[in-house]
Amino acid sequence: MTTVEEGKAHVGFGRMLRKEDARFLRGKGNYVDDIRLPGMLHGAILRSPHAHARIRSIDTSAAEAHPKVKAVVTGATLETLNLAWIPSLSHDVVAVLATDKVRFQGQEVAFVVAEDRYSARDALELIDVDYEVLPPVVDAKRALDPDAPVIRDDIEGKKDNYIFDWEAGDKAVCDDVFAKADVVVSQEMLYPRVHPAPMETCGAVAWMDPIDQKLTIWSTTQAPHAHRTLYALVAGLPEHKLRVISPDIGGGFGNKVGIYPGYVLAIVGSILTKAPVKWMEDRSENLMSTSFARDYHMRGEIAATREGKILGVRVDVLADHGAFNNTAQPTKYPAGFFHVFTGSYDLAAAHCHVRGVYTNKAPGGVAYACSFRVTEAVYLVERMVDRLAQELGVDPAELRMKNLLRPDQFPHVTPTGWEYDSGEYPRALQLAMDIAGYDELRREQAEKRARGELMGIGISFFTETVGAGPKRHMDILGLGMADGCEVRVHPTGKAVVRLSVQTQGQGHETTFAQIVSEVTGIPAEDVEVVHGDTDNTPFGLGTYGSRSTPVSGAAAAVASRRIVDKARIIAAAMLECAPEDLEWDRGSFHVKGDPGTSKTIQEVALAAHGPMDLPDGVEGHLDATCVYDPPNLTYPFGAYICVVDVDPGTGKVAVRRFIAVDDCGPRINPMIVEGQVHGGLADGVGMALMEAIAFDEDGNNLGASFMDYLIPTSLECPSWETGETVTPSPHHPLGLKGVGESATVGSPPAVVNAVIDALAPFGVKHADMPLTPAQVWRAMHGNPMRTDLAIQ
Amino acid sequence: MQVPAPVEYERALSVEEAIALLVKHGSESRLIAGGHSLLPMMKLRLARPEVVIDINPLAGALSYVRREGDELAIGAMTRHADLLASALVSEHAPIIAEAERVIADPVVRNRGTVGGSLCQADPAEDLSAVFAALGATVRIRGPRGERSVDIDSFHTGPYTTVVEPDEILTEVRVRIHPGASSAYEKVERRVGDWAIAAAGAMLQVSGAAITSARIGLAAVGAEAFRAPRAEALLSGKEGSPELFAAAGAEAGRECNPHSDQRGPEDYKRHLVSVLTERALSRAYARASGGAAR
Ligand SMILES: Cc1cc2nc3c(=O)[nH]c(=O)nc-3n(C[C@H](O)[C@H](O)[C@H](O)COP(=O)(O)OP(=O)(O)OC[C@H]3O[C@@H](n4cnc5c(N)ncnc54)[C@H](O)[C@@H]3O)c2cc1C
Repeated sequence: MTTVEEGKAHVGFGRMLRKEDARFLRGKGNYVDDIRLPGMLHGAILRSPHAHARIRSIDTSAAEAHPKVKAVVTGATLETLNLAWIPSLSHDVVAVLATDKVRFQGQEVAFVVAEDRYSARDALELIDVDYEVLPPVVDAKRALDPDAPVIRDDIEGKKDNYIFDWEAGDKAVCDDVFAKADVVVSQEMLYPRVHPAPMETCGAVAWMDPIDQKLTIWSTTQAPHAHRTLYALVAGLPEHKLRVISPDIGGGFGNKVGIYPGYVLAIVGSILTKAPVKWMEDRSENLMSTSFARDYHMRGEIAATREGKILGVRVDVLADHGAFNNTAQPTKYPAGFFHVFTGSYDLAAAHCHVRGVYTNKAPGGVAYACSFRVTEAVYLVERMVDRLAQELGVDPAELRMKNLLRPDQFPHVTPTGWEYDSGEYPRALQLAMDIAGYDELRREQAEKRARGELMGIGISFFTETVGAGPKRHMDILGLGMADGCEVRVHPTGKAVVRLSVQTQGQGHETTFAQIVSEVTGIPAEDVEVVHGDTDNTPFGLGTYGSRSTPVSGAAAAVASRRIVDKARIIAAAMLECAPEDLEWDRGSFHVKGDPGTSKTIQEVALAAHGPMDLPDGVEGHLDATCVYDPPNLTYPFGAYICVVDVDPGTGKVAVRRFIAVDDCGPRINPMIVEGQVHGGLADGVGMALMEAIAFDEDGNNLGASFMDYLIPTSLECPSWETGETVTPSPHHPLGLKGVGESATVGSPPAVVNAVIDALAPFGVKHADMPLTPAQVWRAMHGNPMRTDLAIQ
Repeated sequence: MQVPAPVEYERALSVEEAIALLVKHGSESRLIAGGHSLLPMMKLRLARPEVVIDINPLAGALSYVRREGDELAIGAMTRHADLLASALVSEHAPIIAEAERVIADPVVRNRGTVGGSLCQADPAEDLSAVFAALGATVRIRGPRGERSVDIDSFHTGPYTTVVEPDEILTEVRVRIHPGASSAYEKVERRVGDWAIAAAGAMLQVSGAAITSARIGLAAVGAEAFRAPRAEALLSGKEGSPELFAAAGAEAGRECNPHSDQRGPEDYKRHLVSVLTERALSRAYARASGGAAR
């Protein structure tokens, strides 16, 4: 591993310290809660204690009489503004404040604006809501029962809790393959409801300036431009009078893509009080009401020949979407990208059937670095391949090696219609096995088993699906997923790059400067990255689904190339030669065969702004823009191996080693890539071993604080062992594929496969995440628990 | 809701002043030591004292670990971190050091106190099980004077103790028995979490025979945090793996755990038996001068 050299200019890709860390390490970040405006008021939300209840009446008089309260907003207030309900991102509506019923515990019921945060909270207790408690739908598997209470009686004629029914793949072909297969293995599994739990919770400051009628919203958003346009569309506000600022963001993970009631309420509060209003949720509010992830009940089947050639995979899914269908995903498919569940294998057929249902739980489903449900897909196929290996009695690494797509099969169109761009899968798996010392580990395991010790080795091979996406397939409420970028080189050769995407910790201020630097030769230190402010950046849909590098990174590369193209013409004029006679040597042009006669990009920049006569058709200055509509998605991939030890007495799992070989194409900044991978691996350990939000029979959320919803610490994480292979994307201008979510997608099945492997002496075939000590012990005794319900 | 209700703040500079303030403000006042139990409850508005009386200024007077004759005296304001660092504790009561290593995290341990832990009386409190196993005595002072209470009659139920609203716990005393040693075992879902179940053991050994045995259990609804039937199995017997397994099994049967998100009842009973067995064998090995397992 090379170390980062300090005090040296960095040109192009490679390790360099993160530019943003200078302020973060000094505690000088500027987050939404750091915004303080003169005369600012504070909002707080009253939330439902019940999972399902009719609201008989709301009495706000005592709260209004509180001396420091400036406004109390209820659903009735919003109805007069036509804002009680807003469109969801998935063809549904979402209540901003409940008018008729509350549909999940923690749902927004009223909003208080007061002089300070404490008074706002105190006043919430003065609001008297009369509820008629209704039976809740807690168990997704009972949501479609004929006698299940109907949650969405706000939808005219709605008589059940059904949201959608969707299929992908050719069912007839798939059924035929399964009918003829030697071996078919099936397995039920739940990917439990988990929560991205960013360290910074969600919040906003809204300021409707009553004089110039301009509304500025500082908010925790991963997609400032999309938010601005949605506010304009939903509330009828003129878009040029709307400015969304996303300052420093303390982690997003898909939790900060959608528009939450709190943002709308801060805006309404500012309009009503004519003062800036801040709303910042607390930890429990974040865990209880904002976008959760997964909650997929899956029944997978895998078909193969006796020799271990995998023929097909099919899956039936019951998807728990909560009380409103509000998955924050841009595809036309109701299950997002789930139908990449064919994974990294060469299959003859595949089919999936997904039913979405309403339950009395918070809405969401697409979050937590999931790449629009690739997480669930990879978990399914990687568990199924391990189940098959178990059934056939073959080594899971060998089975994978035998069935992985070969390099000569790319570009590869899967049975469900995805076109994988590039891949060298066997090479990555082999590298992971080499780093792990796979054969030696298996020998050690055999010895330990003979002594009654439980050691497990788990493998996961994943293909990610990121960089959403081609406009013809994807949009958010009619907004296509192309992203803009502007690069401007100043007269002295320094540059600014303006982006539509917004960093939440991924290091964009460094990596985008490096992209511009890679193409133009301007040192990365000399490139300023501007983002997160709709008044100062070009339009685009934001950062999620690992799309920034594949989409905006491409836009930045293309804009930078346009700079170099223009610089070539100007340099030629300066050197009095033809543009074709110049050779580009990253950062400077020289006359072919005459390296001494040259102009640097900085010299060209100054000339472009100077008095010199420029060639015909060339305008002055050195800037360029690009709007990038990706021709395809990118498909990063990786091979992960996890080694665990299980205490046979207590069922406690210790992750001893984790080997992660990632291929995301060329690495802009290897240090940042490794950081992204480390974080995602910790996520995976968390989901596999401890994270889950269950609900009791009354619909109470059992994961509503960090005492109940556990996220892993460094002590649960081994020292990660990372490796890389490089397979460029053929369609991205720099071959880049994106890496933000790879490890979160790829790691949970490796951990689970390792634990199930450790429990093989007990004949264990499967147990659902999280594999807590209790769950492991129950699995050892043939009685694993459902992890979506209260433990009985 | 994670913002406390309005509350007044007082500061006590001596034990006498703390008691006087408790008397003055009555039952709506609460002492605050490390605040790691009280403040979370106040933020959730599960506790709504009108006055908090800060006793951190008493840290000078009430933070100590001393050997006094054949007893260890531990001041109520001693922080978890101080117990963990104490050589006296490690030498005479390894069960305390072992428990402290797995209580919460360094941030909590730097502030949380012995007195606060015992007075909070959370059914999962590790130190309650530890002091139950050690047969400690607790000193309490109030307007009616000072008294000593045996740990076995200290707790009156979940979250309740014999400490009256106008009283303050000042010290915990632990007897140092010749030929005795101890150990603690805990399983939690994640480091820093409360126990799914925990077991501590103190054994006094003469030759190979166990002359006295005490077991402390946390988080499993054990009466007075003890396992009396399992203890009875051990007394007077020679230590052996079979004996410890039998005692563990008995402890698993006699405790009274409830299913919750940490685990189902059957698992918790199993865990108690495994952890009790492990704590007993390690305490025995230590007491008999052998190396710990
Ligand atoms: C994240 C977290 C994890 C934790 N994990 C564990 C764990 O794994 N195991 C475990 O055992 N504990 C755990 N705890 C609890 C922690 O050990 C105790 O909360 C804490 O040490 C209690 O002591 P305190 O000084 O903070 O008490 P405080 O919160 O100050 O007080 C608690 C109660 O005791 C009363 N009180 C305090 N001192 C006295 C006194 N001298 N006399 C009379 N009454 C008094 C107070 O009035 C209050 O009612 C955890 C706490 C947190 C926040």
